[in-house]
Order: sequence, then C-alpha cells, then structure tokens
Amino acid sequence: MNKPLFELRGLCVSYGSVRAVHAVDLQVSAGEIVTVIGPNGAGKTTLLLAAMGLLPSQGDLWLDGAQVNHTEVEERVALGIGLVPEKRELFGEMRVEDNLLLGGFVRWRQGQRDQHQRMQEVFALFPRLKERREQLAATLSGGERQMLAIGRALMARPRLLMLDEPSLGLAPLIVVDVLKAVTQLREMGVAILLIEQNARAALQIADRGYVLEMGAIALQGKAAELSRDPRVIETYLGLGGGTHAT
Amino acid sequence: MDAQIALLLAQDGIVNGAIYALLALSLVLVFSVTRVIFVPQGELVAFGALTLAALQLGKFPPTIWLALAMGVLAIGVDLRRALNGDQISWRNTLLWSTLLPISACAWATFARPTSLPAQVALTLLICTPLGPLLWRLAFRPIADASVLVLLIVSVALHGVLMGLGLWFFGAEGSRTPAFSDARFTFADLPFNGQSLVVVGVASVLMLLMFFFFGRTMLGKALRATAMNRTGARLMGIPTGLAGDLSFAMAALIGAVSGLLIAPLTTVYYDTGFLIGLKGFVAAILGALVSYPLAVAGALLVGLLEAYASFWASAFKEVIVFTLIIPVLWWRSVRTHHVEEDE
Repeated sequence: MNKPLFELRGLCVSYGSVRAVHAVDLQVSAGEIVTVIGPNGAGKTTLLLAAMGLLPSQGDLWLDGAQVNHTEVEERVALGIGLVPEKRELFGEMRVEDNLLLGGFVRWRQGQRDQHQRMQEVFALFPRLKERREQLAATLSGGERQMLAIGRALMARPRLLMLDEPSLGLAPLIVVDVLKAVTQLREMGVAILLIEQNARAALQIADRGYVLEMGAIALQGKAAELSRDPRVIETYLGLGGGTHAT
Repeated sequence: MDAQIALLLAQDGIVNGAIYALLALSLVLVFSVTRVIFVPQGELVAFGALTLAALQLGKFPPTIWLALAMGVLAIGVDLRRALNGDQISWRNTLLWSTLLPISACAWATFARPTSLPAQVALTLLICTPLGPLLWRLAFRPIADASVLVLLIVSVALHGVLMGLGLWFFGAEGSRTPAFSDARFTFADLPFNGQSLVVVGVASVLMLLMFFFFGRTMLGKALRATAMNRTGARLMGIPTGLAGDLSFAMAALIGAVSGLLIAPLTTVYYDTGFLIGLKGFVAAILGALVSYPLAVAGALLVGLLEAYASFWASAFKEVIVFTLIIPVLWWRSVRTHHVEEDE
C-alpha cells in the first residue's frame, strides 16, 4: 500500500453523552477504493460527517501529510475532500448545469475558470446528465440524482471522495452504473471512501474494507479476504453470499 | 373619480410600489439566505435619506461613526473567535469593518463632496457596510437559532437603530432635492422627473439583481445557500460569505430606497419603519421566498395605498396592513404546515 492520502487516527464522535464512533483508525490511498460496511446505526454516516467537518469530533485527521482537524467544511472542500451525502443535498430548484457549476465553486474562488471543461468530463462519465442538463434537479429520477450528486462533487476535483450509500434506493441496474463510475474514478487516481449497506456490491469493487460495528472497527483487510471471512459472510453477505456474487 | 385621477393615483402607486418592491426583494433575499426577517431594513432607508441630507447641509454624517464603531466591535469579535481557534476570513472582515468605513470617513473629512452624484456615492459607501456589520455582530453568532429568536433579535435591533437615528439626526425631518426637476405632460397626464427616476432606478436595480442571481457564480452560490445550506457548505460556499453578501445588498437597497424617497416625502428618523413594513407586506405576499411574487405584491401594496388615500385617506395604512390578513389566511389554507427543520 502507498503512503495514505487520507488518514483518521483515533477518531471519536459523540452525540451528547452517547459515543457514536469510538477510536477509529482508517486510511485511504490515492487510486484506492476503501469501503466501510456495517449494520444500520453502526456509525458509518457519523464517521463521514465527522471526516467532512460537519460534526465535531476528537482525534486526528490527516490529508496528504497535513493535519486538517481544525479546518472548516469549506476549507476541507478546497483542500480536496469531497462528500456525497446520503441525502444528496442537491439544489432542487436549480438546473442540472447550475448544480454542477456550483460544484466547482471552490476552484472558481481560487481563480481557476475551468468549470465548463470539468463539466464535459462529468458528462463523459455520466452521459445521462448531459441529456438532462437543462432540467431542474428536483425533477430527476433517483439514479440521475445520485449521478448529479457525484458529478457535482467531482467538479471540485477532489483528491478524496467520500460516498455515503450511493446505491440506496436505486434500481439494481442503476446501482451497477453508479458503481462502475466509482471504479472509473479510482482509475483517475481519486481516493474513494465508500460507505454501503449493500456489502456485497461494495466489497466487489473495493480494494480494502473495514467492518464497523457499534462505532468501532471490528474487522479490516483486503476486500477479497473480507468477502471470504465467515463472520462477514454470515452477517453481511448472507449464507454462502461470497459464491453468489454476480 | 374620473379616469385622469385614477391614472394619477396609479402613477403614485407605481412609484411607491417600486420602492416597496426593492425593499421586499431585499427582505426575501435576507430571509431565504439567513432566515432573518430583517426588520431594521426600514432604519437603513431612513439612514440613507438622512445621511444624504446631512451631507447636503455640509455636516459630517453621524452614520460614519456608527459604521466605524461597529467595525471596531466586529474586529474584536473576530479576534476573539480567532483566539478560540476558529478560522477567520480576515479579508472579508477587514473589507467590511475597516476599509469601507475608513474610506467613507476619509472621503467625508478631506474631500467633502459637493456634487449630488458624489454625495449619493458617499452615502451608499457609508450605509452598505452597516448591513454586513449588523449581520456579523447580531446574527452570525446565533445563525443556527430558530426563526423566532432571529426575529426577536431583529426587532430589538430595529429599536436600537431607531433610537440611534433619533440621537444622530434629531426629531426634525429632512427632505433632499429631487434628482430631476423635469416636468412634462404625456397623454394629458403630468409626469415629474423624480417619479421616473424612482421607477427607472428601481427597475435597473431589479434587473441587476435578476442578472446577479441568474447568471453569476456568486449569485448562484447565494441562491444555493438559500435552498440547501448543507449542500452549499459541501460545495465549499462559506455560510459567512452568503450572510455578508445578502446583508450588504439589503443595506445598499435600503439606502438607495431612502435616497429615492427623500425628495418625495419628508423623511424622519422613524419614517423608514413604516416603509419597510409595507415592503414586508409585499414580501409576505410572495411568501418570503418568491421574488416575482414579491414585486407583484409590492405594486399591489403601492396601488392599494394610492387609491386608499383617495377614498379614505385616514384609513390608508389600515387598509394596506389589513391586506396581510386575507393573504396569510389564504396561504395557511393552501400550504401544509411544515415543521421548522434543523
């Protein structure tokens, strides 16, 4: 494994007196897909929100050798961290094109006026968005919204892209499309932290994985090894799940 | 009432409606971006008019002291935040709390502008930073509070600023000379230049606003913040920037409205409140979110006021403010009650 691009050390997040995430160590390298799987309420989303700076946390966050603990969300975006949240958080009353343009806000602010070129790259990844570019985001289908949410995050040229349940609520065929796009991003050298309930699909495309239970890391390893682990098979893939994978 | 009087009243209504429309637009803007119902908008109208009046009398406008004092406080607040480990965008802080007020002060002290355009520009330079400074001192520290708490703070600020207005400018009203003395008749209707200036400036400002929000990255970023704050933060749009910008626009629009109205009516330290309130009625007609509906509502308010002053001048305010009741009733029937989120 290369030197990690992004690293969490001893990350703890609490809601009042309840500790939702406990001393999590996690690493993601450039060009690597790392997945975090786990049951509902294990703290997966909390972990991402804290990594993005949307929730206060304790512990250390490193990006490319620099500590980013005390930076605001806006600054993390500018440093190259992107989050596609579970709720997508699109600008529903704006056109697809404007949603994408705003995705490039931090680059625009840094004086880089390459939004339209970036948009073409996003359209190459998701041709569907090009057809829908004039439509309001609120009128898109679930799959298209997910594509737009990912495309919008890519407009900022993130070095680390965190995806929270990108397959949630999508038809199986669309899930395949979305996950295929994620693997393409890996080839472009983006580090990807993928959170999924659909453990089977996640472990298939991931290089490494972590199993989060009760807010702590229960298992970790190469994705292929995890999908052969009897505990993972029984709990997350269903009996014999590993062999049924399509 | 014959047709000529009806048209004259309509002209009056449209002129006033244009000013209410400007105020309604800035109220909608501030509310949708920051959830603040900006009651002190009216005081900024009065400050605009009275600052220009002071400049014309060759006095040093006390609003400059207000901007400087608020600037010092705002820097103090940010220094404290910095000590607490927060990240401060010093460029913006220095722009609003130092650069603009100090240049206004220097301009008023050393150059003493005598031409009307220069005095207008100086007035806007003095009044515009008041918006972001109010936001930074009063609202930003409680930006996540409920709409009700923000409203209460807003009402308190209105009281404070009105008091300061009385202290600064005294109880006497002021009237400024018209921007245009032209008078002409068209289709048997007399028009005066000032009315055309009001409608023209208001229209240009509105067009600029629609261009800003529809075509520019910053305008879109403001709209995005209004639609989805979390989404906007994830795009790296700082919430602070959105607050600064929307309050600056509100202050600028308030001051411009004051300048437009001062030649038409005598402006007292408390005149702005009533004007702002009518802008608010118009904004409510647009449910505090729709810009085109707010403009339509403002024209309705202006026209209603003009005709009411003809038929029942003693009740014209009553009639205008009663308009809000059927509108609220209609809205409450039409829309589902939504719990305040976040």
